[in-house]
Amino acid sequence: MSDSQQRANNATIVKRLLLTVAGMFAFGFALVPLYDVFCEVTGFNGRTKNEAVAAVHQEVDTSRTVTVQFITRNAKGIPWKFEPSVKQVKVHPGEVRVVNFLAGNPTGGDMVAQAIPSVAPAEASLYLNKVECFCFNQQPLAAGDDTEMPMQFYLDPEIPAHITTLTLSYTLYDMTADATAETLAQLQSSE
Amino acid sequence: MSTVVDDIHHEEHHDHKPSGITRWLFTTNHKDIGSLYLWFSLIMFFIGGAMAMVIRAELFQPGLQLVEPNFFNQMTTVHGLIMVFGAVMPAFTGLANWMIPMMIGAPDMALPRMNNWSFWILPFGFAILLSSLFLEGGGPNFGWTFYAPLSTTYSNDSTALFVFSMHILGISSIMGAINVIVTIMNMRAPGMNYMKMPLFVWTWLITAFLLIAVMPVLAGAVTMVLTDKYFGTSFFDAAGGGDPVMFQHIFWFFGHPEVYIMILPSFGIISAIIPAFTRKRLFGYASMVYATASIAILSFLVWAHHMFTTGMPVFAELFFMYCTMLIAVPTGVKVFNWVATMWRGAMTFETPMLFALAFVILFTIGGFSGLMLAITPVDFQYHDTYFVVAHFHYVLVTGAVFSIMAAAYYWLPKWTGHMYDETLAKLHFWTSLISVNVLFFPMHFAGLAGMPRRIPDYSVQFADVNQITSIGGFAFGLSQLIFLWLAIKCVRGGEKAAAKPWEGAEGLEWTVPSPAPYHTFEKPPKVE
Ligand code: HEM
Ligand SMILES: [Cu+2]
Repeated sequence: MSDSQQRANNATIVKRLLLTVAGMFAFGFALVPLYDVFCEVTGFNGRTKNEAVAAVHQEVDTSRTVTVQFITRNAKGIPWKFEPSVKQVKVHPGEVRVVNFLAGNPTGGDMVAQAIPSVAPAEASLYLNKVECFCFNQQPLAAGDDTEMPMQFYLDPEIPAHITTLTLSYTLYDMTADATAETLAQLQSSE
Repeated sequence: MSTVVDDIHHEEHHDHKPSGITRWLFTTNHKDIGSLYLWFSLIMFFIGGAMAMVIRAELFQPGLQLVEPNFFNQMTTVHGLIMVFGAVMPAFTGLANWMIPMMIGAPDMALPRMNNWSFWILPFGFAILLSSLFLEGGGPNFGWTFYAPLSTTYSNDSTALFVFSMHILGISSIMGAINVIVTIMNMRAPGMNYMKMPLFVWTWLITAFLLIAVMPVLAGAVTMVLTDKYFGTSFFDAAGGGDPVMFQHIFWFFGHPEVYIMILPSFGIISAIIPAFTRKRLFGYASMVYATASIAILSFLVWAHHMFTTGMPVFAELFFMYCTMLIAVPTGVKVFNWVATMWRGAMTFETPMLFALAFVILFTIGGFSGLMLAITPVDFQYHDTYFVVAHFHYVLVTGAVFSIMAAAYYWLPKWTGHMYDETLAKLHFWTSLISVNVLFFPMHFAGLAGMPRRIPDYSVQFADVNQITSIGGFAFGLSQLIFLWLAIKCVRGGEKAAAKPWEGAEGLEWTVPSPAPYHTFEKPPKVE
């Protein structure tokens, strides 16, 4: 092989390899949306659907009872009171239930928070349908205020028989710095 | 493989090289760059080793005595980063630079100027990483795996420096890998077809493809950490719609192939040394090539065995468990072939062979503990304990590092033109062999009994086992000084080495004189 021919060959291989490198760098970032889609389809990570499901009239399966437990937790830097009104409920698949969560802002300043849900076992997240949830939106609270936040849900009757207990946990994050205009308007009107 | 070289003597006439510091700064010679990589890796090995000594000193007794917990965490983190990216990987790149062109009959690497760059950015990368230790608040303290949110929400201000140093190391590895691939694909001497290449060349070719595939993903992961921490994105922050578990998926998608990047070249080295000192051909050459390729492919399908306890669905746990166990099959093929090569061979036990034998036995122990960890239900007990630490030190220290030592002894006569001091070498081998087992074997028991990893303090029932471990650690650290002394001594003088100092050695590198002339194979050899 002549020198110039060799150099041309080298350049071709280098070009292809650099393209692969760029492609793999992009792939690293593409993993982010891919992961989201994957989790949504498989319930892989216990994330619940982040939007309301219409309360269609469901056949209630009274032959089965599933225990749904509620856990709340505050992320770093938010001193709110945040707890469910009941620790757990027993429901039949298909039956619509409302559970209230209590939140209070004990600080001297107006704050905005948002709760992020997660379900264990992850598989169960595919069958937990929320008709209404405070977690869909940011929650503003003026200094010293309290509020009751409703969460309305039902379990899909298709829920596999081996799931007898599921835990819905909420982590409350401080979103004051990232509050939407809509939430801020709510805060102002409440004062 | 039998090789005939026509006319090597003409090369010695124009064997001039530049001198002084500029020779090393501007060199594009594969042998110079190989030496730079190897010395750099040895220095990093001692810096990372010093950090391990701090860790073992603190763990000598229960309670906090020598260092602050935050500093302890920086030591475990930077020890891991230095050993992976500063010691093991550059040592393999150094060996690739020195040996691949000589093994395939090429005059140099295909892209010599890029070669210079890929080495010379490394010291800057590590200077940035190490300097962060001296800043207020300290350096990275979140473990070499830099899990979010430890590396984002809870990390200290120097995290940007960590990120930039990882970018630099990544770019260096990628350039090195590109060079290896182009060299192997394009610069083989006539007649050196793929199935005649020595296994070290084969394993490095496959390693280089792994590097190209996963180093960019690592670069992406550190970039996401950077933007999450400083620019308000929320890739890994649940509050903003991200997910910290996703970090682990992205990291281990890089991380598991990375551990094979650190062992495949070892397989090539051992496959060169065992036949040489057994005076037999390697058993199952083709199956070695296929086993290496299948390990590389499978390594993309097992990453979540590092994440069994993150609450994955049962199906995923099983999938990753079975895929992980599947890797043991091609790995077993390799061990079988090495043993079969030795079967009825005329074996002698010079130091390269001793390290190679220790590799085969001790790496296999590491493979077995890996299999134990791969069993999902028991991993719930072993995960994040010293059992994992024992596992990866068997595969990385008595595996990767021992193979690098074996390679150094095997090729030192070719590099320096002198035989190393065999007495010192034997001393180095036996002290290392004993101390490394005193160091790492008891960690299995500490882990099975529940001692967590990455902690500066522990409950008193682990006191004895940690004391033994620490003594082993100090002894192993000291033993490596013998190697440093031996290497310097061998560079400076010693018994003159023949072109082929090992009777049973095979390959083109032994057809050129020792020390290898500055330029070799400017006229390609004929390979039969
Ligand atoms: C038969 C082959 C192997 C199997 C089945 C195996 C399996 C595993 C498993 C299941 C874990 C996760 C343990 C846990 O965190 O709970 C692990 C960790 C690890 N393995 Fe292996 N392994 C094998 C070979 C290797 C090799 C060849 C290397 C490197 C040369 C390696 C390096 C590591 C490292 C560095 C970790 C720990 C990473 C960390 O958490 O810091 N393994 N291995
Ligand atoms: Cu792994």
